[in-house]
Amino acid sequence: MDVSQYLSVFLDEAKEHLQSLNDNIMTLEQDPENEDCINEIFRSAHSMKGMAGTMGYTRMQNLTHDMEDVFSDVRGGKIKIKSADIDVLLQCLDAIQGYVDNITENQDEGTDEHQNIIKALADIRNGVTGGDGGDAAEAAPAAEAPAAGGASSADGASDYKAIKLDPSVKSTLEEAVSQGKKLYGVTVHIQESCILKAARGFLVFKGLEEIGEIAVSDPSTQDIEDEKFDYSFSLILITDESKEKVEEIVKAVSEVEGCECGEFDLGSAKTTEDKEEAPAAPAAEAAPAPATQAPAPAAASKQAPAPAAGAAGGKKPVGKPVVNRTVRVDIEKLDVLMNLVSELIIAKNSLISAANTSGVSNGNVNEQIEYLESVTTNLHESVMKVRMVPIESVLQKFPRMIRDLNKTLGKKMELTMTGEETEMDRTVVDEIGDPLMHLIRNSADHGIESAEIRAQRGKPEVGQIFLHAFQDGNSVVIEVGDDGNGIDAEAVKNKAIEKGVVTPDQAALLTEKQCVELLFHPGFSTAKQVSEISGRGVGLDVVKSKVESLSGEVTVRTKLGEGSTWVIRLPLTLAIIQALMVIIGEEKYAIPLDSIQSIEDVSPADIKFVENKEVINLRGSVLPLIRLNEVLDTESKRNPDEDMVVVIARKGDQQVGLVIDELMGQQEIVIKPLGKYTNKCKLISGATILGDGEIALILDTNSIF
Amino acid sequence: MNELRDNSDVGELIQFIVIKIDDEQYGINIKYIDNIVRMQQITRVPKVDDYLKGVINIRGEIVPVMSVRMKMGLAEDEITGKSRIIILKTGEGDLVGIIVDQVNQVLTLDTNNIEKVRYDDKKGSGQAKFVGGVGHYDGGLVSILDLDAVVSEKEVKEKTSNAS
Repeated sequence: MDVSQYLSVFLDEAKEHLQSLNDNIMTLEQDPENEDCINEIFRSAHSMKGMAGTMGYTRMQNLTHDMEDVFSDVRGGKIKIKSADIDVLLQCLDAIQGYVDNITENQDEGTDEHQNIIKALADIRNGVTGGDGGDAAEAAPAAEAPAAGGASSADGASDYKAIKLDPSVKSTLEEAVSQGKKLYGVTVHIQESCILKAARGFLVFKGLEEIGEIAVSDPSTQDIEDEKFDYSFSLILITDESKEKVEEIVKAVSEVEGCECGEFDLGSAKTTEDKEEAPAAPAAEAAPAPATQAPAPAAASKQAPAPAAGAAGGKKPVGKPVVNRTVRVDIEKLDVLMNLVSELIIAKNSLISAANTSGVSNGNVNEQIEYLESVTTNLHESVMKVRMVPIESVLQKFPRMIRDLNKTLGKKMELTMTGEETEMDRTVVDEIGDPLMHLIRNSADHGIESAEIRAQRGKPEVGQIFLHAFQDGNSVVIEVGDDGNGIDAEAVKNKAIEKGVVTPDQAALLTEKQCVELLFHPGFSTAKQVSEISGRGVGLDVVKSKVESLSGEVTVRTKLGEGSTWVIRLPLTLAIIQALMVIIGEEKYAIPLDSIQSIEDVSPADIKFVENKEVINLRGSVLPLIRLNEVLDTESKRNPDEDMVVVIARKGDQQVGLVIDELMGQQEIVIKPLGKYTNKCKLISGATILGDGEIALILDTNSIF
Repeated sequence: MNELRDNSDVGELIQFIVIKIDDEQYGINIKYIDNIVRMQQITRVPKVDDYLKGVINIRGEIVPVMSVRMKMGLAEDEITGKSRIIILKTGEGDLVGIIVDQVNQVLTLDTNNIEKVRYDDKKGSGQAKFVGGVGHYDGGLVSILDLDAVVSEKEVKEKTSNAS
């Protein structure tokens, strides 16, 4: 399992836990009976054990495990913490800190077992205290040294003999030899007091390039220029000059401590390379970047950490430390930031409307406003991105779930997921887990057929369930599907009639698609028998309402016998959207642009009636017409004989024509909640403040369908 | 807002804003008042209870506004130059506005001079159930508005019968 991506999170949390342990143990020293403290320590130790175990740091896991045991006993009232024990506990923390430091530097916890501390902890549990603590105190720092050595052992002085040759470099060298040129391996050591290592390296390169050609260097030229090396580097030079001349040039550069120079033997280089192939691989895992280039010392130091520690102890650790590039921020702070951005956008809108009404629309003002507009839009996007997290965290539990379902259902199936890295707003990610789980379970339970039926239908034995997530414009789409049975529209229809969801007369009029949509009706389940996994009649309607509460929509595509796919479409952001501003009666409303397909002028003469309801025929498809002024209890100001302005809204594949009075234009709006008294109206999803301070309500077109 | 009825023994001084609704004077404990604003354009929200007049914009926040008159079962507000919207802070930190006919004065009352109206006594209909207590002061009596009752979402049943 590749856990490297979680390393920064692990380190962040480990540091937090260590801090909390430190604080709490200190408090405990003052107040040994403090139960809150003891519980907190227990929890922290427990979490750290789990984290270390997951990351594969077994030594750290063992130590934290023993610590947890001690506090488990303390909690159970079996033992009491005495002041002498505090020392042992603090040493234990230091040892854990040592592991964490090692991991920070080279992603390896080091080799020290801290047996003495483990023993001391065991003694606490057995009620022996005092003397041992002191022992451990002395032993701990001593024991830590080799661990640190192990950490930095890969440092190994750079050595030209260890330079690995690419085939292309090798052929260059071979060609040079065949032309009678000489190959020198040079290892340059720079004084540790040197401040501008890169500059010295550059001077060495420059000097040597005057007399020949540098075929290869270790580290690479780029890394040397970026100071990504310790105090020595190696290179291979192709030249006609003598070895002495080479040494002279290198030593002429100030702050060079010394250099080793020798003829580079292509033949032996070849064998070195072959030999190193094997040890290089494991070493590379431990400390990727630098260790690959100096594998020999690294491998050696693993077998004999102590001497290596002596040799390399004083030097800087080689691995580029895993620098903590993340800042964990409370989501509330981000909410505040997002609100401020919203305010800024409102202020910008006010400025635009003020400039328009006061007539100061000279070119310069407009230019500046446009600039402001692009800044606020970018700012909004950046803040939005900060709030986004990959949906991976939600998807992780699904493979395991499918494995368990394989057993409980006795079906063979496989889950494939793509797009785990797709990012969404944190709040959406937190909410979307359950709906997705419902859909996957649904696919497993109802979708995938039993092995016999699959065989009859000529499908592969193992059923496929898939989950694809991807970004599509301003929304994120998550598709969950299977290659199973598909949805039998007839069966759904019959079931719906049986359950009283629709009357037989109504059912007769339903299209196949509408039948399938009945599945989302509350209290509906087609499972012939209620199973443990799904089929309690809660599920799809819950999925639907959850997704809709996140301003998203869910639809289904299905083909009987071939499988079905559920498509969830969610907006990228919930707070700021593009909207079409319209006037109905004397009131202003905002319609989210996402849900609008087109805007049409329709003559009243084109209105047809189907079942006493107004419809229009728009390019071959018949869609219902809804007069928004009626829905919103207001008077239309438009002359009924005039052409109507109709906004065509869509939801999935359905369309509806919304009759409005007037169009105002497109605007970026900030969604504000309506507050608890006025949110009863399903048609209104929120409100927004316009440039002039006026409030416009936001229409939730989804609720009109 | 229950504290309104609780701190009587102490003899603490509390400031009230005295407002007029219909012909009656009511006191509102100043600590529940966020702001008092002039009448402004209220954006109607469709499909809500009649007494909810709509929403207004208070410093960038959307605040619902309700008519106390309609809630009390009185005739609809007559908006005059003296009409004000009092923005109240509810228990959960939300804001809600109530329309009043007039804001008269600020009154400081000693809690000892406030007579509580026990809950049982409030079973009566109309305005009575919105009164949490009666305050005595030099100039006479003032009803203390029970804000919990005013901003609660319960529908007022006897709307028509008591309209006077």
